[in-house]
Amino acid sequence: MVHDSSASAGLDTLPRLLARNVAKYGDKPAYREKEFGIWQSWTWSEAAEEIEALALGFLTLGVNEGDHIAIIGRNRPYLYWSFVAAEMVGAIPVPLYQDAVAEELAYVLDHCGARFVVAQDQEQVDKVFEVQDQLPAIEHMIYLDPRGMRKYDHTALTKYEVLQEKGRADGDRVELNRRRDLPTYDDTCVMLYTSGTTGKPKGVVLSNRNIIETSKASSEFDDLRADDEILAYLPMAWVGDFIFSIGQAFWTGFCVNCPESPATMHSDLREIGPTYYFAPPRVFETQLTDVMIRMEDAGRFKKWLFHHYMAHAKKVGPDLLDGKPVGLADKLKYKLGELFVYGPLKNTLGFSRVRVGYTAGEAIGPEIFDFYRSLGINLKQLYGQTEASVFITQQPDGEVRSDTVGVPSPGVELKIADNGEVFYRSPGVFVRYFKNDESTADTKDAEGWVATGDAGFIEESSGHLRIIDRAKDVGKMADGSLFAPKYVENKLKFFPNVLEAVVFGNGKDYCTAFLNIDLTAVGNWAERNNIAYSSYQELAGHPEVLATMQSHVEEVNASVAEDPMLSGCQVHRFVVLHKQLDADDGELTRTLKVRRRIIEEKFADILGALYDGSSKISTETEVTYEDGRKGAIKATLDIRDAAVVANQKVAAE
Amino acid sequence: MNALTGGNYTTADGRKIGNTMMEMKNITLRFGGVVAIKDISFDINEGEIRAIIGPNGAGKSSMLNVISGFYNPQEGEVWFHGKKRPPMRPYQVARQGIARTFQNIALFEGMSVLDNVMTGRLTHMKAGMLSQMIWKGKAEAEETANREIVEKIIDFLEIQAIRKTPVGRLPYGLKKRVELARALAAEPKLLLLDEPMAGMNVEEKEDMSRFILSMNDEFGTTIALIEHDMGVVMDLSDRVVVMDYGKKIGDGTPDDVRNNQEVIDAYLGVAHD
Repeated sequence: MVHDSSASAGLDTLPRLLARNVAKYGDKPAYREKEFGIWQSWTWSEAAEEIEALALGFLTLGVNEGDHIAIIGRNRPYLYWSFVAAEMVGAIPVPLYQDAVAEELAYVLDHCGARFVVAQDQEQVDKVFEVQDQLPAIEHMIYLDPRGMRKYDHTALTKYEVLQEKGRADGDRVELNRRRDLPTYDDTCVMLYTSGTTGKPKGVVLSNRNIIETSKASSEFDDLRADDEILAYLPMAWVGDFIFSIGQAFWTGFCVNCPESPATMHSDLREIGPTYYFAPPRVFETQLTDVMIRMEDAGRFKKWLFHHYMAHAKKVGPDLLDGKPVGLADKLKYKLGELFVYGPLKNTLGFSRVRVGYTAGEAIGPEIFDFYRSLGINLKQLYGQTEASVFITQQPDGEVRSDTVGVPSPGVELKIADNGEVFYRSPGVFVRYFKNDESTADTKDAEGWVATGDAGFIEESSGHLRIIDRAKDVGKMADGSLFAPKYVENKLKFFPNVLEAVVFGNGKDYCTAFLNIDLTAVGNWAERNNIAYSSYQELAGHPEVLATMQSHVEEVNASVAEDPMLSGCQVHRFVVLHKQLDADDGELTRTLKVRRRIIEEKFADILGALYDGSSKISTETEVTYEDGRKGAIKATLDIRDAAVVANQKVAAE
Repeated sequence: MNALTGGNYTTADGRKIGNTMMEMKNITLRFGGVVAIKDISFDINEGEIRAIIGPNGAGKSSMLNVISGFYNPQEGEVWFHGKKRPPMRPYQVARQGIARTFQNIALFEGMSVLDNVMTGRLTHMKAGMLSQMIWKGKAEAEETANREIVEKIIDFLEIQAIRKTPVGRLPYGLKKRVELARALAAEPKLLLLDEPMAGMNVEEKEDMSRFILSMNDEFGTTIALIEHDMGVVMDLSDRVVVMDYGKKIGDGTPDDVRNNQEVIDAYLGVAHD
């Protein structure tokens, strides 16, 4: 059951882990950030001093024990420090998604009753100001980047460094020491809001035990070390970033590197060369698409060299990575490939030093997964949730496949309910949902089992978990056959041309789909074929694009038909949408997952046309621009019929 | 004239505007028989955002070229910091602390963004050619100091991601921003922007407006700009000069100008009966 070894060693809060790291790795870099074109770094000792100064600053502002401090911004060392500083004074840090619009922020800030906000820049400060009249609890804001805020009223607004200076000068050190010693293993470490695929976001309360036990177990699972390097670029409000960039970093003492800006992430990745790396499938997908597009522009010899050695890598790369026996000639050829192709390519992608790489969140296409593994990058999959402090299952080295999510992580127990829903129990299981006992009781039973909301099964041969779909999305067609939209959507999305797919059909006679083209891939194709287009909408409606999409859908239908259980999910009719599904329009979550019900309502007219047999539909759609203003786009969309494969079971009878 | 001439006022959003920085007195500019500017006078105060507007061919760019020293007017005087300016070459004007951007982007296409912005530091480099060649002592220290300033501007204008990209490969909106970065690198007292938002989409215009406002706020740069987008002009500027056929037909706050009948006529046309 629960191991209390770390608690007994006195390492039961982040401030205590910080003190351990200062003692053990004091002169080793803890944080790096590129600023003004140069990598700036802070050792563990320097970081500890900064954190303490901020904590003292918090005391001068009157932060009480149990207060919530909201943190909004992109990955910067200063913001990571504010998590720990908050905990030092007994407050609870609540990171928020930086690209959330003001109303979304208002809900969360109001729900947690934050008294203080640490914001990165004017944009975030302005958003909070915009909704402040709904938020009487907010007393003071702290900001990092002063640009544009010189003339703001500073009675309830302080610059980060100024607060630190004030803390260093007037902070009550005795009080800080008292508060730092108070928290126990079961006190709250952080509160994270779930992205809310359905309904309003929920505040997941995670204790020190949750975070530290999980960080410890997962660090040991992959043998993470103090000399590892990670690049922190994923949203700070996401549980994964909290575990990787704070939990595991504090447990093992490795260095957290922050990019200069979101746009420079790729070049920063190359400069840092992380040894431990996480990215959602979308990132790997985009990178692969970029590589392939650039290879098409290469000379004939280079193209030949690339394809020749990539074919070889596909053959033996994964086996070499898994330590399976490979012939001497093949090994030598792989070495040559490493010299000519794989090495330089990994260097360009920034993956030369990756020892452990993970992807999660969505299913990853087998071609994409195999591409990276064949290069010798140890890319693995994990399955996790905010409520589990990330880890539920993960793939051990040597047992990596694209269609499973691995074996239960250390300390995690799994069970599958009769309806196929996956349940787990672990030391990482969240304490409760904040101010929402009803949902807590719905999700977590008295024995500590948590419902994932995903349907899946454990493969008997390997003991690995396979996820089919969201449990609530799995339904029945009118004829009673199984409807698993995600299963089909993932197959569609594995085509580089398809960015997003949404399949409908619950309770209907047949399945239909919305598709989004991938502008990079399709745009590049258009350029190569001299197809002129002036807008996304025009390209998406081009007859040749539609024909390509149709061939993709038919290919997927053939593959879906192979599984008798799911053959009812073949897509009979589809439409290529005139706009990209977007989180700003509420169609995707902030973590870019499809919000089925909202899409269904918003595009009800198009969906209706998919089922009433019409061949065209005129529609008008509201769009939200980045600055929050709204506009509308009009379009007439073609509806296409796709060939389906007759149910083989029926055919055989 | 309007009440704000002479400077020393506080704007609606609480910015303090200083003394008169530049004064144009009865400027007339002719090209042969064509009179581009006819007896125009106006002033620019320290810390102000001053717009020059008018229909096509009104003489706005010519006016900007007079300020930047590219044209020397046949009549009239240019006063800068309380002193009458003798006829000058553009590089001499640049040394006085006046920088500009161009209506049609004028960057070195083959050079990286960083190098382009570095050229904006030219007027601040003092090391001799020999020192530059052997790359010792003064030249090296100077390069480091200038690079730091340039990096701060790159950070300010959020163009870190294209630092090493050749300018020729950039889209139009970003080129405009690089040009602004180069002008800003000269640390000008007065910045002249010739249609900074021409050809931009709504989002790019908003970004550019934000940069202009924060430039003025952060570095205290006085800005004179020509712009066609009325929404932008009215939002950004403290005072507006309106020109039509080389003549000044209005001068004042955006509200004054908006309600000026002559200005409305110039823009909307007027019925001749």
